[in-house]
Amino acid sequence: MIALLARDLKLALRAGGGFGLGLAFFLIVIVLVPLGVGPEGALLSRIAPGILWVAALLACLLSLDRIFALDYEDGSLDLLATAPIPLEGVVTMKALAHWLTTGLPLVLASPVLGLLMNLPAAGYGWLVLSLALGTPALSVIGTFGAALTVGLKRGGLLLSLLVLPLYVPTLIFGAEVVKRGAVGQAVETPLLLMAGITAGAAALLPFASAGALRINLR
Amino acid sequence: MWADIQLGKYEVTVLSAYAACLVLIAALIVFTLVKGRRVRRELDEVEARQGRNRRET
Amino acid sequence: MSIWKYANPVLFMKTSGGILRVLVPVTAVLMVTGLMWGFFFTPPEMKQGSTVKIIFLHVPTAMLGINAWLMMLVASLIWLIRRHHVSALAAKAAAPVGATMTLAALITGAIWGEPMWGTWWAWDPRLTSFLILFLFYLGYMALWEAIDDPDTAADLTSVLCLVGSVFAILSRYAVNFWNQGLHQGPSLTIAQKQHVADAYWYPLMISIGGFLCFFVVMVLLRTRTEIRARRLKALLARERMA
Repeated sequence: MIALLARDLKLALRAGGGFGLGLAFFLIVIVLVPLGVGPEGALLSRIAPGILWVAALLACLLSLDRIFALDYEDGSLDLLATAPIPLEGVVTMKALAHWLTTGLPLVLASPVLGLLMNLPAAGYGWLVLSLALGTPALSVIGTFGAALTVGLKRGGLLLSLLVLPLYVPTLIFGAEVVKRGAVGQAVETPLLLMAGITAGAAALLPFASAGALRINLR
Repeated sequence: MWADIQLGKYEVTVLSAYAACLVLIAALIVFTLVKGRRVRRELDEVEARQGRNRRET
Repeated sequence: MSIWKYANPVLFMKTSGGILRVLVPVTAVLMVTGLMWGFFFTPPEMKQGSTVKIIFLHVPTAMLGINAWLMMLVASLIWLIRRHHVSALAAKAAAPVGATMTLAALITGAIWGEPMWGTWWAWDPRLTSFLILFLFYLGYMALWEAIDDPDTAADLTSVLCLVGSVFAILSRYAVNFWNQGLHQGPSLTIAQKQHVADAYWYPLMISIGGFLCFFVVMVLLRTRTEIRARRLKALLARERMA
């Protein structure tokens, strides 16, 4: 399974696309928002938590259809499904690889983008922490969506329609953490709830994803 | 009966709510029936063509 | 013999045909009575004026919007566990009906909210979670449309329905946490009907009953169509083989 993870990471790095693309998309959205709503610092810092989280969400979405697509096309997914490791494990590793190549860079880049959005100083720590705890859930849920749509020709658009509603709880709690943190309120409740969603999703969704994959490969 | 009803200043509100809802329901009924008819007709055609395989459905 | 015998498509067609013959007139009578009573013969309420008449549309559609999803969840579980095709097709048939009901509840709510709250739309927890529910319906229907093989489609949409249900509930609580609402609490509970005056209670009950029957009629009709479509597909496939 470690070998699988290493292979996925290597592929993502070599193909180039997935790795940098999400990050660049994140940056572009954050640059576009002030252009759209105007440069006033007070307004920007008020909407910063929400915009940063929505942008992270969309950046995650962008690379989801690549999780299984390449392996499905060249047939290695069939090999993985018949390999002696459980498919649930394969799915978990796929999600982890997606997070390492998409979620983690977003987490690391977020303070810089917070700067662009005029995020109040107290918010930076909570922004990084909430993204670090929340983006794994996005990857795991996204893997489920990718598993559902793996065989479809025009899966990309459908994938967004399926996955985005599932992102709602994570988005609400994540943005709430940053919003409260930025103005110095207590953040424990939304933070713990979000961490709970991430933990629950990571524990249970791989079974659903593996089930969906088995159905698709039948 | 029509003369009795007084909707007062909210006349437009109430009427538009009823109209919107009835339109939606009517659309649902029409789509359901049209698709039902079409499938049924096509099925009848195919069954008639394949006569010997006919089965009750 | 048990209820599982209705999983047999032939028997289902026969039984549902019989039920429909009775239920269609009942539905028509109940809906017309409930809505006519509600529209023509209820007094304006003290605070809301005549907008109270919208309740006879809003409450039944909202109840069905949620309960249609529940029905789909149960049908999906039955399909996943017992592999009865009728069950999967019933879930497929219910989705557009549920989506229409959800949309009707949203629209009637918005129209009512405009004079009462002074706004068409507020990001109130109940409104927001209904909008999210509508998105779930769209995703579910889109997945059905996208997959060619009927059994694969049934399996995948069932899995989506299960996972979606969990996340719909999560969203409901997340949204509650996110914003305190304008929407009044539930005015209908089985234990106490005192919240609603008798003058509105009886037509409302009739209207709810009518919409419920309407839902059953629609789901049965659509399931019958789906079963026929499945048979049509099978016959055409056989024709191509021959």
